[in-house]
Amino acid sequence: MSTASYQPLAGSSGRAARRRRWGKVMEGLATLAAIVAIAVLAIVIISVAKKGLPALNVDLFTQVTSTFGIPGQGGGIKNAIIGTVIMTAIATAISVPLGVLLAIFSSEFAPARLALIIRITLNVLAGVPTIVIGVFVFGLLVVGNGYSAYAAGVALSIVQLPVVARSTEEVLLLVPHSLREAGMALGASRARTVLTVILPTAVGGIVTATIVAVARAAGETAPLLFTTGIFANAVVTDPTKPMASIPLVIFQGSESPSAHDQEVAWAAALVLLVGVLIGSSVGRLLSLRSRRRIEQTR
Amino acid sequence: MSETIRPEGTPPMTDQPDQTAAGNSPDPPPEVASARPTTQLGELAGGHDDDPTVGHPTVFELENVSVSYSGMVAIRDVDMDIHCNLVTAFIGPSGCGKTTLLRSLNRLNDLIPGAAVEGRVSYRSEDLYGADIDAVEVRRRIGMVFQRPNPFPKSIYDNVAYGLRLHGMKDDLDGRVERALRHAVLWDEVKDRLKASGLSLSGGQQQRLCIARALAIEPDVILMDEPASALDPISTQSIEDLVEQLKAEYSIIIVTHNMQQAARVADVTAFFSVDVAEDGSRSGVLVEQGPTSKLFIRPSDPRTEAYVTGRFG
Amino acid sequence: MATETPTQRLPLSGHRRTRYGDLALRGITGLAAVVLGLLMVALVYEVAREAWPSIQEFGASFLTGTEWNAVTDVYGARDLIWGTLITSLGALLIAVPMSIAIGVFLSELAPRAIRTPVTMLVELLAAIPSVVLGLWGILVMGPFVAQHIEPFIIDHFGWIPFLDGYPSNQGLFMAILVLTIMVVPIVASVSRELFTNVPSDLKQGSLALGATRWEMVRSVMIPQVGGGLVAAVMLGFGRAIGEAIAVTQVIGGSNSRPDSIWGPADTMASRIAAQYAGTATHLQRASLAYLAVLLLAFSLIVNLTAQLIAGRMQRRMRGAA
Repeated sequence: MSTASYQPLAGSSGRAARRRRWGKVMEGLATLAAIVAIAVLAIVIISVAKKGLPALNVDLFTQVTSTFGIPGQGGGIKNAIIGTVIMTAIATAISVPLGVLLAIFSSEFAPARLALIIRITLNVLAGVPTIVIGVFVFGLLVVGNGYSAYAAGVALSIVQLPVVARSTEEVLLLVPHSLREAGMALGASRARTVLTVILPTAVGGIVTATIVAVARAAGETAPLLFTTGIFANAVVTDPTKPMASIPLVIFQGSESPSAHDQEVAWAAALVLLVGVLIGSSVGRLLSLRSRRRIEQTR
Repeated sequence: MSETIRPEGTPPMTDQPDQTAAGNSPDPPPEVASARPTTQLGELAGGHDDDPTVGHPTVFELENVSVSYSGMVAIRDVDMDIHCNLVTAFIGPSGCGKTTLLRSLNRLNDLIPGAAVEGRVSYRSEDLYGADIDAVEVRRRIGMVFQRPNPFPKSIYDNVAYGLRLHGMKDDLDGRVERALRHAVLWDEVKDRLKASGLSLSGGQQQRLCIARALAIEPDVILMDEPASALDPISTQSIEDLVEQLKAEYSIIIVTHNMQQAARVADVTAFFSVDVAEDGSRSGVLVEQGPTSKLFIRPSDPRTEAYVTGRFG
Repeated sequence: MATETPTQRLPLSGHRRTRYGDLALRGITGLAAVVLGLLMVALVYEVAREAWPSIQEFGASFLTGTEWNAVTDVYGARDLIWGTLITSLGALLIAVPMSIAIGVFLSELAPRAIRTPVTMLVELLAAIPSVVLGLWGILVMGPFVAQHIEPFIIDHFGWIPFLDGYPSNQGLFMAILVLTIMVVPIVASVSRELFTNVPSDLKQGSLALGATRWEMVRSVMIPQVGGGLVAAVMLGFGRAIGEAIAVTQVIGGSNSRPDSIWGPADTMASRIAAQYAGTATHLQRASLAYLAVLLLAFSLIVNLTAQLIAGRMQRRMRGAA
């Protein structure tokens, strides 16, 4: 090491300073990007709140939808709320048992190759555009039978299935092997171990997956277009008939020139947004907590 | 292999302790002939306690240095000088803060939120933590080799060239890469496959690649954090040989938990230990430092003696 | 051992009952897997079947035809394919750098205390129902962008032919913006995870050589996760291609290619959504299904490619470890 041309550290070369400055610029841009993303979220929420709150009144929940906003007649979304609840319930009733069973098969019984294929298939299903799912169910169930809430429920359940199955499988895999072995060592059969030891440990995660799936289904519009597109301005509880739904009210309101329709759309959007965002957040927080709890049993 | 690579222009070396075999030591008194491990270590270290720091100016001067993480003191009140062109070893039981201290010498602790360094760390008479000191330039001059080899998932060539490109030392890139690889005694083994991935090398080769990578940017000091602990004995040997050669041009500080290694390789050794305060809090302290063989043969502090004779740690 | 009366024990044999439990569970869950398989097959089959009349009628010329006319019963998807590509690629152009930047921010720059909350907020962006985003897009963002942002761009960049035109609160540009909002959370959350998993060894090695934090990200972290980022981008691409609702709400639903980015257009997915209300002829319905077939094929290819890349990257990392 030559001592000839020694440069003191302080105030070192221009090149290093330039690199430092450039680094700061890029870090600033990254921070800006995050800020913009959150700002957009905030703006959307605030806009929906601003436009929706004024229209939020008792009428909204007690009146049914009306066409062309004839005063004194309707002006609410009661039938849409009921419709969404029923259709989401049907969808969840299909997707959760199916998804949980699928997850159990994939994590407990399937050989590794098969489990991989199942996972790939679920990922593919998750990537299918929801409008295509709508077209699929249309051909399968609607043609010849007419629109119905059942068809909508089936379509929504297809959208939910990958969500439920993947989350449940993740949770099941988190359950430590030692628990399984403990159950079987006590003489419990595979089935009994799964049902009485593993599932109860994982139940938190399954509940969470359900909440997230419900939030997802409630907000989907495309599958509804082809399965329950035209609906009556009345409360319908028969699932073999088409029902109104909140996303469709919003959709139609967004395309309508009528100020009244738009008002109702905003109010409906507020209700939907609040419900979905709360559902997703709760789901996410619960999943973090249940994951931590399971890992503590390791 | 102990030839010293001496590029032109290097001032002639002053006396260094002879580290080949135990031939130099006077015969130990008969009653302690074979029993005392300190004597074996002392013999490894050269068997005499001439001060190797004579003629070597200081490169680091630490005054009252303490390092803490979010309030918890990891090591405190360190006063020591580290000298040029020597190998200085930090030894001691785990948890005594040797790695923490090492990392504060190239300001790598800056990356840990809550890390704080008190006292003065002086590098060639400049305050390393001064307000106008650029940590990036610090790390160019004070390089580091880690415990587990961490080559980038790039080609061997690109691994070595990484630092060169970063710091704009791009003239004669090929030549610089070759020189660095020769310095790290890796050139002959890889010269035909410079485009191969750095990860395709064996453990010992990967570590030498990391050393070459550090050498390429012409540092002044090389910090090594247990560089051979993840390697097999043969690779360890090659790393130790390399350290022996490198000190001709660089100042080397090496943290090791292996006393034999310190004895073989280091000119100066500093022994750290853990101190338990009245409130039960533990922090590392510098117990003793000095020429390696003296530390092993005639340690001044009873804690040092206890450690080197294996009574604890 | 003293002789003791053995406690009542069931004989070792004769426990078939519990085995049946195992079989039953295996059977039921296996059935679920079969259902999944059937579902996928049925999906492809059914959509293709619905599209069959149109496929028969137009064949490959569907992809090049530009007319979409319910009166003359002639349908062609070329302008729709073009619209799909322009809007999706345009959205990616904005979303990808932004998402990677957000991923870097969340994994490296943000103070630890705010990392989780900000991550959750970014992911919440993905939870906004697309119909709500579309409503906001056409009624709030549209007018705002048309008044303040589009004129600015036209004034300063209007010399590029495609960017010259009249501001509008509908059209390709609005669709691009809306799709960007949908793609960002997907790519950003995957990027964040990828960056967080870069071994600290590698990062420290780079910094110890004197790299600045940005240089470390650029020269070590991004190359390290490269494949994963590509997979994430493809996932985002797939999302953008398939979005029907929000796009149809803001894009203006035109039948032909606009002259500029400000004009109305249509994409494959949004055309299907736009004509849900009722199709005039059988052929029209089949043509919409044909569009669905194309979308299905696109999404399958994109998704499988993304999974392939992600899988290969995971194997490479495990191999190198």
